[in-house]
Amino acid sequence: MERVNHPDAQRPQGAAASAPAIELRAINKSFGPVHANRDIDLSVQKGTVHGIVGENGAGKSTLMSILYGFYTADSGDILVNGKTVSISNSSDALSLGIGMVHQHFMLVDNFTVLENVVLGAEGSALLGRSLSKARSELQRLARDYGLEVSPDTLIEDLSVGQQQRVEILKALYRGADILILDEPTGVLTPAEADHLFRVLATLRNEGKTIILITHKLREIMAITDAVSVMRQGRMVATVPTSETSPEALAELMVGRRVLLRVDKDEARPGDVKLAVENLTVADDAGVIRVKGVSFSVRAGEIVGIAGVAGNGQSELLEAIAGMRRPVAGRVIVNGHEVTTHGEAGAAELRQKGLAHVPEDRLRMGLVTNFEAWENSILGYQDEPRYGGGLALDIGASRREFEGRIAQYDIRPANPRLKTANFSGGNQQKIVLAREMERDPDILIVGQPTRGVDIGAIEFIHNQIVKMRDAGKAILLVSVELDEIRSLSDRILVIFDGEIVGEADPASADEGELGLLMAGVHNKEAAQ
Amino acid sequence: MSARVPLPAWVDRILLPVLNVSLAFLIGGIVVLLVGQNPLEAVQIMLYGAFGYGDGFGYTLYYTTNFIFAGLAVSLAYHAGLFNIGAEGQGYIAGLGVILVALWLNGTHWALMMPLMLVAGALFGAFWAFIPGYLQAKRGSHVVITTILFNFIATSLMSYLISRVLKPAGVSADESARIEAVTRVPQLREFIPFFGYSPVNLTFPLAIAALFGVWFLIWRTKFGYAVRALGFNPTAAHYAGISNARLIMITMALSGGLAGLVALNEVAGVQGRLILNFMAGAGFVGIAVAFMGRAHPIGVALAALLFGALYQGGQELAFSMPAITRDMIVTIQALVILFTGAMGEMLRPPLERIFARRAPAVARPAE
Repeated sequence: MERVNHPDAQRPQGAAASAPAIELRAINKSFGPVHANRDIDLSVQKGTVHGIVGENGAGKSTLMSILYGFYTADSGDILVNGKTVSISNSSDALSLGIGMVHQHFMLVDNFTVLENVVLGAEGSALLGRSLSKARSELQRLARDYGLEVSPDTLIEDLSVGQQQRVEILKALYRGADILILDEPTGVLTPAEADHLFRVLATLRNEGKTIILITHKLREIMAITDAVSVMRQGRMVATVPTSETSPEALAELMVGRRVLLRVDKDEARPGDVKLAVENLTVADDAGVIRVKGVSFSVRAGEIVGIAGVAGNGQSELLEAIAGMRRPVAGRVIVNGHEVTTHGEAGAAELRQKGLAHVPEDRLRMGLVTNFEAWENSILGYQDEPRYGGGLALDIGASRREFEGRIAQYDIRPANPRLKTANFSGGNQQKIVLAREMERDPDILIVGQPTRGVDIGAIEFIHNQIVKMRDAGKAILLVSVELDEIRSLSDRILVIFDGEIVGEADPASADEGELGLLMAGVHNKEAAQ
Repeated sequence: MSARVPLPAWVDRILLPVLNVSLAFLIGGIVVLLVGQNPLEAVQIMLYGAFGYGDGFGYTLYYTTNFIFAGLAVSLAYHAGLFNIGAEGQGYIAGLGVILVALWLNGTHWALMMPLMLVAGALFGAFWAFIPGYLQAKRGSHVVITTILFNFIATSLMSYLISRVLKPAGVSADESARIEAVTRVPQLREFIPFFGYSPVNLTFPLAIAALFGVWFLIWRTKFGYAVRALGFNPTAAHYAGISNARLIMITMALSGGLAGLVALNEVAGVQGRLILNFMAGAGFVGIAVAFMGRAHPIGVALAALLFGALYQGGQELAFSMPAITRDMIVTIQALVILFTGAMGEMLRPPLERIFARRAPAVARPAE
């Protein structure tokens, strides 16, 4: 993503004369023994985009929840526009002009855009007046900020990016001058994210103040004017964005030097281990999502599939993993054609030496209500090492997992802790340990570092490279282009269910890949 | 996003249910007061009636037997994410299996017959639950709907069979021929005179064994592992190579089989014949038992005992305090179901607030 133009990059200094939009002084908040926020000071200047970064659990969300009235601080002061205020619920926050766009949208799916915007701010018992007032207000907001959404469309018919736009409109409709966005790009395609940043730039130029919570450093660099870094409940730094770098921020977040690039040697590919021939796959609704795709992955190489989310990657992975029966075509694993796709197909694929790290660990890769050791045998529960016959050998399963806890540095080191209580990175390590330690010939990996801390990302990337160097065939699917470029030995680009191009990561140009991902087949057409 | 801190395990599993039951009794006590009776005296009569003497205790255990089987049936299905409302009908149909085998080999010694009647009852109950399971797995028809409908089908079918087919000539009541004494499941009083004339029989120890069996099945076998994976996250189960459709059908059948054991107690142990509506709501009480017992066998055992005591103690109360009618006993039972089932979570938020302040050892930040 390109840096969004700043018409007045000096604005933070220029506006410093007036009181900050938000000022927090010595905020403390504890949950029992966990000191989530310690003596937090934060000053957000009017008319700026202020980024807040930190690893999961650093206290960002707690801080924003205090600002939005979900929690009350144990001690400390909140100043809005220079005046000390007390915010004990979200209507207090709204009346002070603070609006929040949540990571998970708070919209009624079967209401129209207009109805959602008005919801909770109807004003009178009869809807007619407020709806027509809202309609003209929406048109004004759409015109001023580039937030076009058709007011009469149902939410369920909108894309995720458009739904987010409705969330922003809701906040603006309620008169928000200060917008808090919590991980806004987690659900967006790169194009939608770019559009969001343009909207945010417009909002800032119109004098709105924006607080952007994210863990993506590229976004911070692209859009913010100043950035604050949190680590373990403390505010460790606030710097103008122009005076810092992703590397410096990463180091502040983690507290040690972090390698943002992966060190790896040349690949030494061997025999073809995984071959996909003319594979056509439909989704649950019967829509064809993968259209006659063919490729192969050899031992000792990482083939990366780049693409914007929703272009058939999920269906492709599920078909290769045996979970989804293809409409046509073949999957050949270790020289054997896969025959038992569907119901219990995943079990056969595992026996044939294919391991699968799914795209969505919470939805698919883990049973979050299980204790960690129980998840460490998921998919392999029928193997004799976990007990002969009907019985499950709990002791053997736990002992094996205890070994992996040490090897993969899974924290906390408690095999009996409920999986939901681990952080995203540690949950992902539980999945990776399970799939990698089976010594599979083929590993297919979807979004290996989604929602994972920087420190864990480094570890996960190194594990994947280690698998490659051990001669495994690896298929990597990721929507993070950086990840694809730094890990892959070959890149395939998927668009609308077709492989539209192949690139060498060493020489591939990011712009060119971006165009392929956007479905522009030749460069001339784009210009 | 909320500031909720999970409750300590003992509060969650013990204090909360105890408070719920206490609240139900408190309101029940007010009802008793309203009809001009002394609630403390009523409690005393109920407790004595349920536990105070051999006959009463025997009756309590007899009811408990039914509720354990029905509660386990609902619990097992619940672990697979299936809400089996049909234990009532499954148990009823199982009565047909029990009586057919019993009358076929009538006069054979119980030691041989008990396993046969057990298998027959379990198979008939399993069959009646398998069909909704099949419809759920293969056709996507929701088991909640189909099991309710199957209760109605069972009621009509059994009424027809009992009154038109199984009723011997010359008998006026709608009931089957009688099972001979030697074939019937023996009463515990034959071994333990303490139980007086109460109908608690050898199915009770079988119910205790079933509690252990279901616990082992769910938490100590690979099958149980798969069932729990399916119940918590069907997508993850599919990812793990588990055939969800197959597992749904097997689990429903096992659940129906457990419900079918109610019929062994009622038909072969207590009535000695097949009568109309012998389930008398035991299948529905099983739902309350499973919920109150958190679908765990220990909880199911305690909840079944509570409801057994309520049933037996309530009868004694209606007998001893004429001002308190049968309907009022049912009201009190309904209050317990209401407070432990439907409103079982009502006291959770205040408890969470109290324990978040007092015992915050398990607290985690929002992120």
